[in-house]
Amino acid sequence: MSESRNLSMERGSIERGSMERGPATAAPRSPAPRKRRRKRHEMLRIGGGISTPWFIGIAVAVFALLLGIWWLITATEMVEPLFLPSPSEVFESLRHQIQNGQLWDDARVSVYRVLIGFALATVMAIPIGVLIGTYRVWEAAVEPLVDFIRYMPVVAFVPLTILWSGTGDTQKFLIIWIGTFFQQVLLIMDNVKRVPMDYVNLGYTLGLKDRSILARIIIPSSAPGIWDSMRISLGWAWTWLVLAELVAATSGLGYRINTAQRYFETDLIIGYILVLGCLGLIFDQVMKFLSRRMFKYEEAR
Amino acid sequence: MVSAPKVEVRSLSKVFEGGDHDVTALSDVDLTLGDNEFVSLIGTSGCGKSTLLSIVAGLQEPSEGEVVLDGEEVVGPGRDRGLVFQSYTLFPWQTARANVEFALRGEKLAKGERAKLAREHLALVGLEQFEDSYPHQLSGGMKQRVAIARALSYRPQVMLMDEPFGALDALTRGMMQELLTRVWEEHKITVLFVTHDVEEAVFVSDRVVVMTNRPGKIKEEIPIDLPRPRAHEMLSSPEFGELYGRVLESIRSEAMAADTVPAGASR
Repeated sequence: MSESRNLSMERGSIERGSMERGPATAAPRSPAPRKRRRKRHEMLRIGGGISTPWFIGIAVAVFALLLGIWWLITATEMVEPLFLPSPSEVFESLRHQIQNGQLWDDARVSVYRVLIGFALATVMAIPIGVLIGTYRVWEAAVEPLVDFIRYMPVVAFVPLTILWSGTGDTQKFLIIWIGTFFQQVLLIMDNVKRVPMDYVNLGYTLGLKDRSILARIIIPSSAPGIWDSMRISLGWAWTWLVLAELVAATSGLGYRINTAQRYFETDLIIGYILVLGCLGLIFDQVMKFLSRRMFKYEEAR
Repeated sequence: MVSAPKVEVRSLSKVFEGGDHDVTALSDVDLTLGDNEFVSLIGTSGCGKSTLLSIVAGLQEPSEGEVVLDGEEVVGPGRDRGLVFQSYTLFPWQTARANVEFALRGEKLAKGERAKLAREHLALVGLEQFEDSYPHQLSGGMKQRVAIARALSYRPQVMLMDEPFGALDALTRGMMQELLTRVWEEHKITVLFVTHDVEEAVFVSDRVVVMTNRPGKIKEEIPIDLPRPRAHEMLSSPEFGELYGRVLESIRSEAMAADTVPAGASR
């Protein structure tokens, strides 16, 4: 009994047959009325597969559809251009920003802030997360505190951080750090806790000391999960950066959006929001690409 | 011929303390393993056989009693006892050979020597072609063969196997039993083998130890005097059938009492 359960758990995917069979203990069912079942497309089944061209095709189609709706709304002048400029106006204003070099300057400042703030948070979160995921004593000391701070709204720290460190880069780092560090610690702790206990026991039976088990077993085993947590928290870092730049800054993408609002440059606001989306997408894809390179063995799991 | 005991389990008990009521997993267990003897522990689910193995491995502490290896009390895990888990426990980030080499890290070996030892042990389990494969490229049976190669590679005094073939399909399991028997017959080592499969226990062992339901005690010890080398054809011999029947009868009454049926009892 337990064997078959293990096997099916290992497979880890939803099987078509298992739903229809029902529990073995159930009384035999009366034959269902004969009904021709239409064969559903593989893609529309729960857990069904999809080919890469289809996947990309559907994704692109959704983008195109939304763009089309946007264009239609503006072309028919359903909404005043001040509130929603047309796609061409938005791209025109972005082209202008590229030509005068402002977009590049704004993006460079923001990317720099995100990377530094994110790196500071990560460098601190990894050792602490690994430690509290490994030793319950450290978990008791750190986890409740981190959980408590995690629930404090990051927005509320903005005035405080301005008081502490002004409106320069340091304050941006600080906001990004507050917004990501505490979340990262908990995510990494969970990644480390998922390392199978048998791996650790194997290390012990091989005579390894705790430190070797940590370095040679726990960290490599949780590395793919930690990397994924990093990827997710990098997205949050962008959110907190733009927030900080909107409130108080003299440069950056968020700052440009804020000034654009003052002059009713809706096309610029929307253009920059799209740029932020693209930057996020690029960072995410780079992280995913690196993950596939570093953890090749993970792919088939 | 009676040789000095390799492993002695002396009046061992294990109680798991849990809030409302304690659970006695093992109660006053005595067990002796001779040098190079292959002993199976068989019992129903939850009878404490895996707990006993884990205590012998030094991964859990007994509540009472002791485990003695070569005359010395076991106080923790160590390289003198190799463990093979039911979950294959191969590191997915390492190749088959690197997984075996991992076990040899502690030893002062030249780099080439370590790789050579790893290759030799992979060859022993018939996997010399797969030394550069990653675990996800190997089948369940192959993974467990790597795990066995790893456990043998650093020459422990005792090999402890916790339902090593429990997750494999019946056909692969049979082949693995034959492979293990062949390897053991060529390179003798003391083995404590936990299983709930009667046929498996009789086929691989010199002696089968049947445990009672929880709290686990030793119910009966059945010597398996089948000749070696053993091969698959033996399964249909009357001698095998008789021993199989004895072990099955012994465990079946426990299973009835526990309202579970052990694997292999359906034939």
